[in-house]
Amino acid sequence: MIQQVWAVTLMNLRAVPQRLGASLVIVIGIAGVVGVLVALLSMAKGFQSTLNSTGRPDRVIVMRGGAMDELSSVLFREQATIIKQAPGIRMGADGRPLAVSEVYMLAGLPRKGQTEPANVVLRGTEPHVFAVRPEAKLVEGRMFRPGVYEVIVGRGARDQFAGMHLGGKLPLRDGDWTIVGFFDSGGDVHESELWADAETLMQAGKRGAPNSVTAQLESEQDFQRFKDALTTDPRLNPGVQREPDYYSSRSKALNGLINGLGYTVGVIMAIGALFGALNTMYAAVSTRSVEIATLRAIGFGGAPVVVSVMIEAMLLSLAGGVLGAAIAYVVFNGYSVSTLNFQTFSQVAFAFQVTPDLLRQGVIWSLLIGAVGGFFPALKAARLPVVEALRG
Amino acid sequence: MKYFPLIWSALWRKKPRTIYTMLSIVVAFLLFGMLQAVAVGMSKSFEISGADRLFTAGKFSFTEILPLGYYSRIKSTPGVQLVSHASWFGGVYQDERNMFPQLAVDHETYLEMYDEFIVDEAARKEWARNKTGALVGKGLAQKFGWKVGDRIPIQASIWPKRDGRNDWEFDIVGLLDGKDENAKAQAEVLLFRFDYFDEARQFGQGYVGWYLEKVSDPAQAGSVAAAIDRQFANSPKETRTDSEKAFNQAFMKQLGDIQLIIQSILGAVFFTLLFLTGNTMMQSVRERIPELAVLKTIGFSDRSVLALVLSESLLLCVIAALAGLGIATFLMPGLAAKMPGLYMPPEVWAMGLGVAGLLAFIVGFPPAWRAMRLDIVHALSAR
Repeated sequence: MIQQVWAVTLMNLRAVPQRLGASLVIVIGIAGVVGVLVALLSMAKGFQSTLNSTGRPDRVIVMRGGAMDELSSVLFREQATIIKQAPGIRMGADGRPLAVSEVYMLAGLPRKGQTEPANVVLRGTEPHVFAVRPEAKLVEGRMFRPGVYEVIVGRGARDQFAGMHLGGKLPLRDGDWTIVGFFDSGGDVHESELWADAETLMQAGKRGAPNSVTAQLESEQDFQRFKDALTTDPRLNPGVQREPDYYSSRSKALNGLINGLGYTVGVIMAIGALFGALNTMYAAVSTRSVEIATLRAIGFGGAPVVVSVMIEAMLLSLAGGVLGAAIAYVVFNGYSVSTLNFQTFSQVAFAFQVTPDLLRQGVIWSLLIGAVGGFFPALKAARLPVVEALRG
Repeated sequence: MKYFPLIWSALWRKKPRTIYTMLSIVVAFLLFGMLQAVAVGMSKSFEISGADRLFTAGKFSFTEILPLGYYSRIKSTPGVQLVSHASWFGGVYQDERNMFPQLAVDHETYLEMYDEFIVDEAARKEWARNKTGALVGKGLAQKFGWKVGDRIPIQASIWPKRDGRNDWEFDIVGLLDGKDENAKAQAEVLLFRFDYFDEARQFGQGYVGWYLEKVSDPAQAGSVAAAIDRQFANSPKETRTDSEKAFNQAFMKQLGDIQLIIQSILGAVFFTLLFLTGNTMMQSVRERIPELAVLKTIGFSDRSVLALVLSESLLLCVIAALAGLGIATFLMPGLAAKMPGLYMPPEVWAMGLGVAGLLAFIVGFPPAWRAMRLDIVHALSAR
């Protein structure tokens, strides 16, 4: 049985070069499906991991209760002060709590090569922010000084927006602000932001209240203690979240949209490619009907014929799947883009991530298409009436 | 036309092959129809009629709020005929996923500003009377099962009420519809009265989100916009005025390369398809070489053989394209229930047929050329 399968399969595969054009239909058709699918899913993946990698489980973000994001949250000044003194927050070397109250504004700046403004996050923070977010580091220039219109710019924002160089001027609020430094924060969402001094920015933007407080806890276990202290305080109406919970929740809508688009397009294209595969395999079976009938006449069973046709279809599909996945990897892996995250109304820069998992998924799709596309022609081959085929 | 039966029977010479090829093309055009409808719909719904409408927002970001006092100053700017304003509410109905815009608007001027909206007289009267009244888009009402007279709860995310709570309630007094497809998409919002909003919110009193202006002479729109901004230059809240269309286009551009992504997907789909269909056409002509030679022998000219093969390819592609676009159009209402405002713009049909023609030419030309150059003697002797 195995030997019969082997013999018939080899015979089929040797004939592939003779029908190169038709066989390429399967390879290219499936490469198209897998390439598009993997590219779209890798975009969703890249966006998601940028937001998911933001924040640490032992840090919390406090906003107004009911606010969905920093932009919609307003904390009064005295509330921010109370929050920063809550129990559970780690003390810094200077004996002050490791917490920053921040203003979150949007500024309209043109992206590279464009003139229309796009929303970039302008975060007003405190000078000791690098102690609260140690993953962020200055990579060029220096820190902003309070009282002067100075900003530092994240790496993602530097790459996506126009005019980002040391000494460059940006119209942010009440006139121009000077870029004095660039920072890196390990590829998370803060890299798409501009940071300035909170008090200076609040004055320039005629804003009286911060939007959020971010604090470093003594440890992850102190979360409940900290949260309880705030929620039971009658002066506050806080929404307290661990940082990773908050940031990953901000990727859901766009992520769902891109994934939905990816799978819908993938399924529809797969159906199209399936018809192509059916066409090719039916043609392959019909050109070989004499050989198949001969085999049947000399005693080969129906099963080896079915299996061998399916193996041929699946091998061709596999080649297509690998080709498509490889193209998606070479072209898109690491490709940086920036888009509007409509959950936060602001631009987020991220890079496509073609992960091994996505490549595996692409190859599985290609095998499935190949199996279905090979099955029906294989049945036809096995049911071929021997006598008629030989006469033909 | 008299050759139609000939072309038709040539097309169906091998039925299963033609059907499978056709189905692949149908699928490609189904995808084309749906993706283009989204792409065209997105860019068109932001283009809205009324080029004479101006939009005034904060100079540094459209999220800056502007004093209510600007209303009368803008109104007295020469060339301004009508002023209205709106504020982003950003609330949530039941779940954050039910995202739709809610705007607190100046109810006395807003419907005059957006005269492409259709609101019946009873609803207008009731809205003028009922301070907590709201108008909702027809599609939204359908999606959430709202009826006129219902009282619906919305959770504030930005604006708490005076008591610090987030629970707002609105009485639905009427439905919003649009005069054309674009306006229909624009009408999928909840509009409620600014006077109620300003009185009931905890902070931010006396500020609005943005102003809208209608100018008496559209040709002067640019200079009127500049005049408005000049009034507020060097004030604590400077403004930026532009046509609403330009503003919306800038906002669309923020999505970045969505259009580019859609075009690349379609590019990949059609490249794949080109190969597939091209291969079928080649195969089909190869099999028919003796038949084509016979046609030439009985007097068909080289060019009419070329035309025959090209027509066959055109027929294949156009039938399939019509079917694919037809299915896409048929599916649109189902999708629109999830994404109110989505529809099949007629230009997508035109684009689709154009692409089908192009596809037919590209895949049909090489075999047609081969058929035309066919040497009768050789072709017949191959038999």
